[in-house]
Amino acid sequence: MKSSVIIFPGSNCDRDMDVALKKFGFKNQMVWHNDAKIPKSDLIVLPGGFSYGDYLRCGSIAGKSRIIKSVIDFANSGGLVLGICNGFQILTETGLLPGILQQNKYLNFICKNVFVKIKNKENKYFKKIKKEVLELHIAHNEGNYFCSNDELKSIEDNGQIAVTYCDHGGNEDEKNNPNGALKNIAGIFNKDKNILGMMPHPERMIDPFLSGEDGSLFFKNLIESL
Amino acid sequence: MIEVNEKIAIEHGLKSDEYKKICNLLKRTPNITELGVFSAMWNEHCSYKSSRKHLKKLHTKGDKVIQGPGENAGVVDIEDDDAIVFKIESHNHPSFIEPYQGAATGVGGIMRDVFTMGARPIANLNSIHFGSPDHEKTRNLLRGVVKGIGGYGNCIGVPTIAGQTSFDESYNGNILVNAMTLGLVNKNKIFYSKAAGINKPVIYVGSKTGRDGIHGASMASAIFDDKIEEKKPTVQVGDPFTEKLLLEACLELMAGKSIISIQDMGAAGLTSSSIEMASKGDLGIEIDLTKVPCREENMTPYEIMLSESQERMLIVLEEGKENEAKKIFDKWNLDFAVIGKTTNSKNIELFFKNEKVAGIPIDFLAENAPMYDRKWIKAKLPKENNFSKNQFKSLKLSDCLKRILIDPNIADKEWIWEQYDHTVMGDTIQKPGGNAGVVRVHGTNKAVAASVDSSATYCHAHPLTGGKQVVCESWRNMISVGAKPIAITNCLNFGNPEKEKNMGEFVECVEGITEASKYLNYPVVSGNVSFYNETKDKGIKPTPSIGGIGLLSNYKEMMTMELKNEGNYLLVIGKTEGHLDQSVFARNILSEFNGPPPEVNLFNEKQNGMCVVNLKNKNLIETCHDVSLGGILTAISKMGIKSGIGVKLFPLEGLVNKFEYFFGEDQGRYIIEVKPENLENVENMLKKDSIHFDKLGLVQGNKITLENDLKLSIDDIKEGYKNWLKEYMVN
Repeated sequence: MKSSVIIFPGSNCDRDMDVALKKFGFKNQMVWHNDAKIPKSDLIVLPGGFSYGDYLRCGSIAGKSRIIKSVIDFANSGGLVLGICNGFQILTETGLLPGILQQNKYLNFICKNVFVKIKNKENKYFKKIKKEVLELHIAHNEGNYFCSNDELKSIEDNGQIAVTYCDHGGNEDEKNNPNGALKNIAGIFNKDKNILGMMPHPERMIDPFLSGEDGSLFFKNLIESL
Repeated sequence: MIEVNEKIAIEHGLKSDEYKKICNLLKRTPNITELGVFSAMWNEHCSYKSSRKHLKKLHTKGDKVIQGPGENAGVVDIEDDDAIVFKIESHNHPSFIEPYQGAATGVGGIMRDVFTMGARPIANLNSIHFGSPDHEKTRNLLRGVVKGIGGYGNCIGVPTIAGQTSFDESYNGNILVNAMTLGLVNKNKIFYSKAAGINKPVIYVGSKTGRDGIHGASMASAIFDDKIEEKKPTVQVGDPFTEKLLLEACLELMAGKSIISIQDMGAAGLTSSSIEMASKGDLGIEIDLTKVPCREENMTPYEIMLSESQERMLIVLEEGKENEAKKIFDKWNLDFAVIGKTTNSKNIELFFKNEKVAGIPIDFLAENAPMYDRKWIKAKLPKENNFSKNQFKSLKLSDCLKRILIDPNIADKEWIWEQYDHTVMGDTIQKPGGNAGVVRVHGTNKAVAASVDSSATYCHAHPLTGGKQVVCESWRNMISVGAKPIAITNCLNFGNPEKEKNMGEFVECVEGITEASKYLNYPVVSGNVSFYNETKDKGIKPTPSIGGIGLLSNYKEMMTMELKNEGNYLLVIGKTEGHLDQSVFARNILSEFNGPPPEVNLFNEKQNGMCVVNLKNKNLIETCHDVSLGGILTAISKMGIKSGIGVKLFPLEGLVNKFEYFFGEDQGRYIIEVKPENLENVENMLKKDSIHFDKLGLVQGNKITLENDLKLSIDDIKEGYKNWLKEYMVN
């Protein structure tokens, strides 16, 4: 399976993602933001970081970068596009995913482990994961998901909510909502479920000496489902 | 053009006799640009004029030392072809005036020092000190500093893996912000600042030069007064995004062979970077200031030379490599300009619009910079307190413990480090909140441990002992995570060196640091000095911060401090005399602020540490935590809180005062957790080496208990410990 990780100026989780993808069997290549074309891939990843310094608004300049047209074409033709953290912000800026990511409710950057509940397994990203709740890691300042009531109704009706913040038992209450996200939303799909954006970083949880190992389940499923 | 005279020189922070020396050296009156250059090079921050004499005594040699003090950062060997580049630096004065930018640019500056040497930064640490929690400014300063450190480090994508925070009223008018960075480099590909060769192009890269930070280094060498807010324009403004690009571009250029020398523009900007490169290479340098990329219009040569705009580098390239280098900086959208060349004149010569605007022999600025042998007084060891039995009569262990766990200097600092990205780069295997932070050396079995320590209270009570103690504590932190201690970097934060008492504190702390680091073979390889931490005649307590690093050859053997399994034994290694003077207990519970700090016995320190290493090598230890502030009971509580498991303490033997035993801050001690089946073996080994130890208790249940004296559930103590800072910050 071939994957491509896009490097924007200011990306800083590109290497971590490269390490994770390769560890679970992807043939990964790094693609520079100023390239016109993406090499043939089964998966495109927009990694975390501060693309273009997150100036103007998180992800907004990356959403207009040269490479992004190819990402959009790839996504519209059904290709898998995964955006983590800043990558999720970029996906909402391009309009590939609905809604926006605002500053965290308590106005601080948060770096810690969180639990997320998998809300929909009818897709390639979570299909074969047996667990219902994953322990993942967040590190962001703008992860507070928001969308209009109409959009919310539409993403709920279409099963577009991918993962939500919860406790270890799967309770999605306000106490376990680290950033004030609407309906505890930590990640969403597009209608066709080939695009996933999420704030938590599975690539930081891929071996027992790191913060945890549930990220491994995510990547194992991904390579098996493709 | 402004006419230079003594009055203007004094306004530049120079002393009257220093100005006379300049005129004598030049045999004429300097023009304003030259005066600016002299004032920047001769201030305390750049010239170390009060400290140089004493810094020479530091222990800086060792078989792992590749580069000691004098470069952008120190470098140590960590086996194979790997080396660690590291340094700590202060950004105290700017952080008090403008906490966010001050702290942010402190982080940016220290990272540049590290990647200037060809290393990719792999971990950040910090040591931050604030005034009393009751002081009106403390909350906002803390919030701003933490946001600044996070804002910069998080954006660059380097994990902040450990740190230290303290509160003391002596910092009310002078907070301390010390930032440390570790970088990884191939030991055959280290870059230095020494220029070599004549007619080599001098290249400016990075951000454009603006008017920010002009005279920053002079400000950092001044005492504060009521008008300090007026200094705001001298604080630099950071742009971590540009620094990230600069980092990637420099590392890309360094992969080739075109760089002769490279130096970041830190304090005193273009002035000190160009002069240092030329001075080290025994060369001259010629710069055309018209070619310097400027952000603002009509900048004068004076402003260009003294600007401290961030994210800039100066490079001496091999001839003919300009285009190759420019391509890389173009790719990363960074400014690139050939602004001058090296010469054999041994002068710095500045041109602007085809006119020569300055010409100074480099010797005058570097080697001839003033050096002072300041007067100092030796501190006396304070008299011990004789606590009477009555003072303890009405006290209960449980109440004391609860109060100590919410002491601002003990309470959990999660509110701070949760705002720092501590897991990016995917190699953090011990997060903040433990004995030390640990990151793997990417792609290998090795890991590097790092911590920052300081104990101003001890240094204030007796600087010589305090200096020794900080180095020992750092060493202990390395041992406690299973790392072999390698070397340290020091950030020496002191008051006004022109006062004999302050100067004495400096001299004796340095002496203590030297003695301990020599004995423990834990050399100092880099550092910086920050004097004049004084506001309205009130100086800070002497605060040397020691950043230590250690090596784990197999990261899987790392130790942590959380308790592992019920039924295991807890032992304390090292003798507990019950030293309460200067302890958190004495201050917080007995309201006693005088007395000597705990004695530091270097022989015992080394013996005890090496014995922990031996036990660990034989796989006989499950958990290790060094005993520091708050003594044994505080240490055990933290271990319990981290794991959610309790401890049943054994009754004390004989007539020991339990408060002294459990809260005393005797040095050189570790608490270890041992499996029952290993206990005999461990005891035998300790006896054989004549190491003093006590059996403390059993890991058991979810409470900390001691017969009828103490019964506290872990949940109960956890709440206060975990919430103090969070609640303080929202109130």
